Amino acid sequence: MSALEVVGASKIFNQGTAKQVDALVDVNLTVNSGQFVSLIGPSGCGKSTLLRLIANLLEPTSGSVRVNKKTAAQARLDQDYGMAFQQAGLFDWRTVSKNIELPLELKGWDKAKREARAKEMLELVKLPEFADLYPWQLSGGMQQRIAIARALAAHPPLLLMDEPFGALDEMTREYMQGELLRICGETATTVVFVTHSIPEAVYLSNRVVVMSPRPGRITAVIDVDLGSKRNEDTRAADGFFRSITTVREALRGTHAEHAAANAIRGVE
Amino acid sequence: MRRIAYRSSMFVVAIASVVALWEFYKIVGPQDGGKLFGVSILPRANNTAMPHVWTMLSRYNRPEVRGSDTKIWSVVLSGTLFSLRLSLVGFFLGTTIGVGLAVLMSRFKVVQRGLLPYLVMSQTVPLIALAPLVVSWGGKLEIGSFVWPRWLSASILGTFLAFFPIAVGTLRGLASAPAAAVELMDSYAASWKQILFKLRFPAAVPFMVPAFKLGASGAVVGVVVAEISTGLKGGIGRLIIEYAREATGDPAKVFTAVFGAAALGITMSGLVALSDVLLMRNRPKETSA
Repeated sequence: MSALEVVGASKIFNQGTAKQVDALVDVNLTVNSGQFVSLIGPSGCGKSTLLRLIANLLEPTSGSVRVNKKTAAQARLDQDYGMAFQQAGLFDWRTVSKNIELPLELKGWDKAKREARAKEMLELVKLPEFADLYPWQLSGGMQQRIAIARALAAHPPLLLMDEPFGALDEMTREYMQGELLRICGETATTVVFVTHSIPEAVYLSNRVVVMSPRPGRITAVIDVDLGSKRNEDTRAADGFFRSITTVREALRGTHAEHAAANAIRGVE
Repeated sequence: MRRIAYRSSMFVVAIASVVALWEFYKIVGPQDGGKLFGVSILPRANNTAMPHVWTMLSRYNRPEVRGSDTKIWSVVLSGTLFSLRLSLVGFFLGTTIGVGLAVLMSRFKVVQRGLLPYLVMSQTVPLIALAPLVVSWGGKLEIGSFVWPRWLSASILGTFLAFFPIAVGTLRGLASAPAAAVELMDSYAASWKQILFKLRFPAAVPFMVPAFKLGASGAVVGVVVAEISTGLKGGIGRLIIEYAREATGDPAKVFTAVFGAAALGITMSGLVALSDVLLMRNRPKETSA
């Protein structure tokens, strides 16, 4: 069953003007339920744009996006996805628990139900004792776990993440990757994950989508076969390194083109 | 708690230093003022221009006019309370209008572009020129059985000075919500109203509190100036003007009213500071400066 279907989607900014940017051209992507898919590529390859098309925060110039068998707009209204960004983006004036309740409040849930769900989510991210603290009293990694709890509070079938661990140190980052896999496994959530890091993409994903800039497009889709149970030993496995090499080579292609594109621009 | 103790002790020290400076100047300053290149620069240190601090304070316990039973402290106190009521009305109206305008301007960029220049210009109109106008407009106003009381004109002039910093501060505050947070709310398909109340207003609080402080002192200045220029009876502004006329015979008298006005300003900003403490108690400490 497909949780997400992007068909022939393009996004052109400032169309027809001198400042026209082809952020995405003819992108096709299908993600099945329960899959973990990473989008990776150099800056300007349109990976964040693609994520925002899926989230319906941007409208495609052409093509269609369907989430959970609905139009992206309907899926957003129904809160069929949760979202997490590089900055945890928790509200300073709300306690940890109230931050997790935010999407439920917007959906009109009553207080008792909200509090019960927030408690459940705090158990899930293993921070139950922090319910009544304020976000600025927590470390960066803890804040990001709360942001994930918030994104998953309404039990959406799809989780969209835009470089969520980009601001964390390496140790915290690896710990968070393990936690994310555990949480998504327990909740059977489908994930689309934007990242700059090759090992991160490989460790987390069933599929790594490699993108390239000018115009933004998908250049390779690499299946990662590391089994469904991944742990710290996975990071030392041969398959892990092989997949990293494959992704790296696919990315190098995009960088060569990137360089060529720059050279042409230089001649202009 | 220690911070409060420190701050209140600093307050006492600050007042004591001003008193000390005042009395020091009375000892060393020239009795009839000092001239520099023919221009009077140094104030007169004599008892008519600068009464001793204890003369001013003891004046509070003497009758307002010779032979009267009413002590001056009760006159100044009731005048200050009268002006405080007017300032509160002015501040309340100013807050309503200021916050309302800010919401309107943040909702519609067209309104912001069209209105903001006029708001800025409005503040360049001298209050003294405006006061008689407001009084005469108010006098002509009749809405059903509502009769415009004279004191309301003074409050309106307080409003006039209070609304501007509140509107500008709130507008900046509403716009200060990070783009990522707005995007997050959009991803939840939150309505404009939900975004306003759950994100923009809470994010605006650190900008609104200082704006309220400016607005509160604006309301006091507006009311006192309006009392003076429209001759409204009962307030501290009128007392200052009346007592100033007796400055030669009873120099300490006018200072009793001036201190009343100062107490009024401190009370108003104290009320706002209280809201600051309440609203900011759960915020990160760096931003609560």
